[in-house]
Amino acid sequence: MASPRVVPVETPDIEETPEQDRPWVTVVWNDPVNLMTYVTWVFQKLFGYSKEKAEALMLDVHHKGKAIVSSGTRERMEGDASRLHAYGLWATVDKS
Amino acid sequence: MSMFRRDGGYCVARFSADETRVLRQVASEVIALLTDGYDRDDPVVGRLFPDVYRDDPVDSAEFRRYTEGDLKTAKIDQAGAVLAALPSSGGTEVRLDAEAAEAWLRALNDVRLALGIRLDVRDDTDLEQEIDDAVLRDPTSARVGQLSLYAYLGYLQESLLDALIG
Repeated sequence: MASPRVVPVETPDIEETPEQDRPWVTVVWNDPVNLMTYVTWVFQKLFGYSKEKAEALMLDVHHKGKAIVSSGTRERMEGDASRLHAYGLWATVDKS
Repeated sequence: MSMFRRDGGYCVARFSADETRVLRQVASEVIALLTDGYDRDDPVVGRLFPDVYRDDPVDSAEFRRYTEGDLKTAKIDQAGAVLAALPSSGGTEVRLDAEAAEAWLRALNDVRLALGIRLDVRDDTDLEQEIDDAVLRDPTSARVGQLSLYAYLGYLQESLLDALIG
């Protein structure tokens, strides 16, 4: 008899991705123009992050000059960067 | 100086004839920059369409080949949303639903990015100080007007975001 199992509510995307395709990240760079509140809002909107997480990332961008905002396959990171560009954020894709 | 406020499901602002004219002008300039005046070597274009690979111009160019058209269209559309809400002359009350408000937010951001490059705004730029200095040098200079416009658009964008997300 199988023991009861907890069904995960959410399956992480990384499970579907071959290991060698994973280590890509989307980086957002600091720029002097974008409003802090706007950057926070964009992170919440595009990635579904909580306000706290979005704010922490925004502050990293602001103080450290950049932050990794998502990671996954190269293709997905290019999509994320492209969506960030549509909102005027300075985003690049890199190997982690 | 007009700002956005929340009214039911809408973000609302009343613009004077002058404000309406200026907003139409900057939105039109962005559209011109993305259409007839499009120039990859323009630093504004470089900022609106950044290289996706920081140290790899070849891969960046390849990526751009597939994505730039859509991105350009989106940016033209959002600037068009600003124009669509403003009459060609006179003042107006603008009432934006959530979708239009988001288009305005992105469009105002593009305008500010373009102005920021032209005015050489940097991280340590003190905008009020810059304006004071420019006024002292020549109160009628284009730089005074552009800096004031840049400051105004920042307040306007912030007020719109506040009105949208409360």
